[in-house]
Amino acid sequence: MNKYRADLHIHTVLSPCGNLEMSPANIIKKACEKGLDIIGITDHNSTRHCKLVSKLSELAGIFVLMGAEVTTREEVHCLTFFENDSKLDEFQRYLEKHLPSIPNNTEKFGYQVVVDENEDIIEQIDFLLLSALDQSIEQIEKKVHSLGGIFIPAHIDRPSYSIISQLGFIPDDLLIDGIEISANCKTRSIMPSIGNQLGKSLIRSSDAHYIQDIGKVFTTFDMESRTFSEIKKALHNSMERNVSIA
Amino acid sequence: MQVKDIISTLELNLFGGSQGLNREISGGYTSDLLSDVMGHADSGRVWITLQTHKNVIAIASLKELAAVILIKGFEPDADMLAHAEEEGIPVLGTNEQAFEITGKLFNLLTF
Repeated sequence: MNKYRADLHIHTVLSPCGNLEMSPANIIKKACEKGLDIIGITDHNSTRHCKLVSKLSELAGIFVLMGAEVTTREEVHCLTFFENDSKLDEFQRYLEKHLPSIPNNTEKFGYQVVVDENEDIIEQIDFLLLSALDQSIEQIEKKVHSLGGIFIPAHIDRPSYSIISQLGFIPDDLLIDGIEISANCKTRSIMPSIGNQLGKSLIRSSDAHYIQDIGKVFTTFDMESRTFSEIKKALHNSMERNVSIA
Repeated sequence: MQVKDIISTLELNLFGGSQGLNREISGGYTSDLLSDVMGHADSGRVWITLQTHKNVIAIASLKELAAVILIKGFEPDADMLAHAEEEGIPVLGTNEQAFEITGKLFNLLTF
């Protein structure tokens, strides 16, 4: 088995709150500097930058988990990841179908731009990506799993936009592949809220919106190699794979 | 005042949980953050919210709330309604928004 250092929650310049420096190329460069082996690309309710980051990462030797940070109807943020381009594309269509058409105010929320590998802007997204989808957390979980994806409630210790703040506790029967805590969270403090989901893997990620935050915290994946299915096995402590946090 | 007494005055729908219609009302609590309700609502309160998730009933039951009023025409999710039936917590509905229905309930309970 090998140990891999992963930061699975990184925003790009596509997220309105993502700093303009967060271009795909800069993210890869910083991830290399920080010694990360795996990064998750998770813009708010959009997967549009994932493929470019994934393409650019090949030369750098970094494995990219492609997905999005989805906002459920209850305003719970959840990380979602998909194995390949076609599943990612289907989930992108789902996101576009269920995101309300509320125009973005760039002065208040920031720009939402898609760039190419030369960092030239090729598209600006008009609708605010911070809005909540019109789908419940259960509906989104089912969609993600129907595509063989990974579904992880994000930063559950945060006082806003977390499953704990919005729903009080994690429902016993919600199918989750792990639980994310934020950079400074003390694991002991959140245990009571996890309830019957206590056996689930905890991951810790940066939720980086600024370049210097990438890799400031990380999760260690102990597994055979860097593939989507190995990552899934590690999250489920299956076949002697596992994940750990500092 | 009991839950059944506010239904006609406030023109509320009754979605389910009718076994709890005789629950005594001690006041109201308006919030859409379930963690906030779990932390701060007192027993006997009528909870006014737009959340339709089943956790609403789990928390209403835990905090011994009198009833839940869903605002703006929202309807309970199927599993929320099933839990409400099991727990005997009335789930009521209004087409009004939180501001109006909260004001009306406040007046009804205070004056």
